Amino acid sequence: MLKKILFLMVFLFTFNLLYAKDLNVGFVYVGPVGDGGWTYAHDLGRQEMAKLPFVKKTQYIESVPEGADATRVITNLAQKGYNLIFTTSFGYMDPTIEVAKKFKNVVFMHCSGYKTADNVGNYFGRMYQARYLSGIIAGSMTKSNIIGYVAAHPIPEVIRGINAFTLGVRSVNPKAVVKVVWTNTWFDPATERNAADSLLDVGADLLTMHQDTPATLQAAEKRGKFVIGYNSDMRKYAPNGFLTAPVWNWGVLYKEIATQVSNGTWKPSSIWWGLDKGIIDLAPLSPKIPSEIVKKVELEKRDIISGKNKIFVGPLKDNSGKIVVPARKVMSDQELLSMNFFVEGVQGTIKK
Amino acid sequence: MIRIEKRISNSQNLKSLAKFFSFVIGILISLFFLKFLGIGLIDLIKNIYYDAFGSIYSFTELLIKMVPLLICSIGVSFAFKMKLWNIGSEGQLYIGALASSLIAIYIPLNSHYLMIFLMFLAAFIAGGLWSGLAGFLKVKLNVNEIIVTLLMNYIAILIVDYLVYGPLKDPEGFNFPYSKKFTDIAKLSTFGDTRLHTGIVLAIFLLILYYILMEKSVWGYEVRVIGSNPNAARYAGININKNILIIMILSGGVSALAGFTEVSGVLHRLQHSISPGYGYTAIIIAWLSNQNSIGILFSSLFMALIFLAGDTLQLNYQIPISMVNAFQGILLFTLLTGDFFINHKITMKRRKNA
Repeated sequence: MLKKILFLMVFLFTFNLLYAKDLNVGFVYVGPVGDGGWTYAHDLGRQEMAKLPFVKKTQYIESVPEGADATRVITNLAQKGYNLIFTTSFGYMDPTIEVAKKFKNVVFMHCSGYKTADNVGNYFGRMYQARYLSGIIAGSMTKSNIIGYVAAHPIPEVIRGINAFTLGVRSVNPKAVVKVVWTNTWFDPATERNAADSLLDVGADLLTMHQDTPATLQAAEKRGKFVIGYNSDMRKYAPNGFLTAPVWNWGVLYKEIATQVSNGTWKPSSIWWGLDKGIIDLAPLSPKIPSEIVKKVELEKRDIISGKNKIFVGPLKDNSGKIVVPARKVMSDQELLSMNFFVEGVQGTIKK
Repeated sequence: MIRIEKRISNSQNLKSLAKFFSFVIGILISLFFLKFLGIGLIDLIKNIYYDAFGSIYSFTELLIKMVPLLICSIGVSFAFKMKLWNIGSEGQLYIGALASSLIAIYIPLNSHYLMIFLMFLAAFIAGGLWSGLAGFLKVKLNVNEIIVTLLMNYIAILIVDYLVYGPLKDPEGFNFPYSKKFTDIAKLSTFGDTRLHTGIVLAIFLLILYYILMEKSVWGYEVRVIGSNPNAARYAGININKNILIIMILSGGVSALAGFTEVSGVLHRLQHSISPGYGYTAIIIAWLSNQNSIGILFSSLFMALIFLAGDTLQLNYQIPISMVNAFQGILLFTLLTGDFFINHKITMKRRKNA
C-alpha cells in the first residue's frame, strides 16, 4: 500500500515536471525601470522570477499611460504569445479585464485593484504593516515633532499608508503630527522635490513619502534631515539621513504565481499578502537608530506577523476628532481597501 | 558676421522636398543609433510596419491613436491660420471630456443618438466658451493669448482632477479617482470587433469642414489676411476683434471634441490623466503641416505611428523608453530645423572696416 502511494507520488511529481507549462511572461509598468522605486521594485521581482526553469522569456514595457494606451499594450503582449501578464498599476484594472475577455488562454494578474475574472487575478501587499513599523522609528527620531509626508494621490492605498504610519508615530510619540502634501503625480521628481522642500520649510525634521522616485530622499539629504524611503532600499540616495524604507519583495509573489500557472493550479483570486510572507519588509535599519528602538520595532514586527497587532483597531478618531472606528473593532479588509479618512495626528485633507 | 534673414520667396515644391529630406535625415540619425544598439534595420522596419499596418487590428489601433491628435490639430490650426497662438488645446480637451461626461452621467436618456448628440454639443460649447474666454481677454484687454491659454490648461486639468477625486467619484469604485462607467447609450459604437470608434468619422468630417472653411471660403481668406497682415485687414474693413472671438471659440470647441471622443469612444468614463499630451502634440502637428488640411491628416498619422513604433521598439528589442523618446525628439528636431532653413537663410557678411 505504502509502496503504491509512494509510486503514485513519484509518478505525479515527474508528470508535473514533464508537463509544467512553459511561460512567457509580460509586464506592463507605469514608470521607467530606472525610477529607483515602484517600477524598479517590480522589475527586481521579474528578474528573480525569470530564473525559474519553466519561465522561458520575460519582457516588459515601461512608462505606459494609464488610459487608452494600456489596452493596446496589453493586447500586444497577449497577441505576441505571452501567456502570463502582470499589469502593475491601478489604472490598468479595466484595460486588463477588457483584454482578458479576448484572450481566455492567457492568465492576467493586476496589481492593486479589486476586480477578478475567470483568467484575471489581482494582488497586492499589506504595505501598511511596514508603514506602521517605519512610523515607530519616525516618532522616536523626530525632535521637532513635525513629520512630513509627500504623497501621490488621495486614493485608499496611499491614505492607508499615511494612517498606519501615523498610528506608528503616535504609538511612541503622541505629540507628533504628520503633515501631508499631495503632489497629484506618481512620477515627477521635480514636483516631488518641491513638495519635500515645502514640508522642510514648515519645520518638518523627518520626511517620508509615497511616490515612485527617490526625490524626497534627495531633498531631505541636502538639508541634513532624516528620511524614510519607500518601494526599495533607497539608502544610496541619502547616505546620511536614510533611516529605513518599507520595501516590496515582489519576487516572492511572482515566483509563486508563475509556478501555479505553470503547473496548472492557478485560480483567480485576490491576493493580499503581508509581512508574514515576506512580500513586504523594512529595509535594513540605519545604525543611527538607537538599539532600544530597533528592539521595539522587532517586537512589534513579531506581533504583526503573529496577528496580535492588527494596526487598524478601534478606538480610532479621524483628524477632526470624531470617532470613526469604535473601541475594539478591527477594520475589515473591505474597509481598509476603501479607506477615505485621516486618523488623528495627520494634518492634511482628503476631498470627499 | 552671421546674419539670419527671412527668405522672401520659395517654391512650394522646394518646401515639400526640403521637408522630406529633413525627415529622411532624422530617420537616418535614429537608425544610426539603433544600429549602434545592435538592431537589424530591415528587421526593425518590418516589425514597425507589421505593428502598424500588418493586420486590421493594428491598423485600427493606429487610427484610434490618430483620432484625438487629428481633432486637436484641426482645432489648433484654426487659430494658427490667424497667427493666434492657442496653446490651450490640452485643457480644452479636458473641458470637453468633462462636459461630455457630465451629460453621460447625470442626464438619463434612452436614445443613443440624442445622448451622443448632447455630449458632442456640450463638449463643443464648453470648449468654445473656455477658449473664447482667452479670446475675450485678448479683444477687450489685449492680454496675450499664449499665456492665457497655456495657464488655462492647468486649471482645466485641476478642475477635472478635483471632480474625479471628489464629487464625480464612482461610489462603488473603492474611492479611486474614476467616475462611474458610462452606460452603453453614452458610448460611441465601434467597428466590428475592434476598438475603433465612430470618432474617426467625426475627425474626418472636421477635417473636411476645416478644408472648406479655411482653404476655400472667403472667410478663411479673411482669417489668413488678418494673420499675415492685420493692418491690411483693418484697412480692408475686416472686423478683427469679431474674428478673433469666432476663431478662438471654434478652435477651443473643436479641440474639446477630442475630449468627447476619448471619453465616449475609448475610456467610457472620466478619469485622472485622460490625455498623455495630445493637445501639446497637436501644436507640433499644426506646425509641421503648415496648417494644410492634407498635411494635418498625414502629420497626425505620422505622430500616431511614432507612438506605436515606441511600443514596437520596447516590445521586440527591449529598448528603454528614454531611447524611444529620444528618437521621437530627433525626428521632430530635424523636421523643425528643416522648416527653419526653408523659411530663413543664413548669410555670411564681412563687416566693413573690420
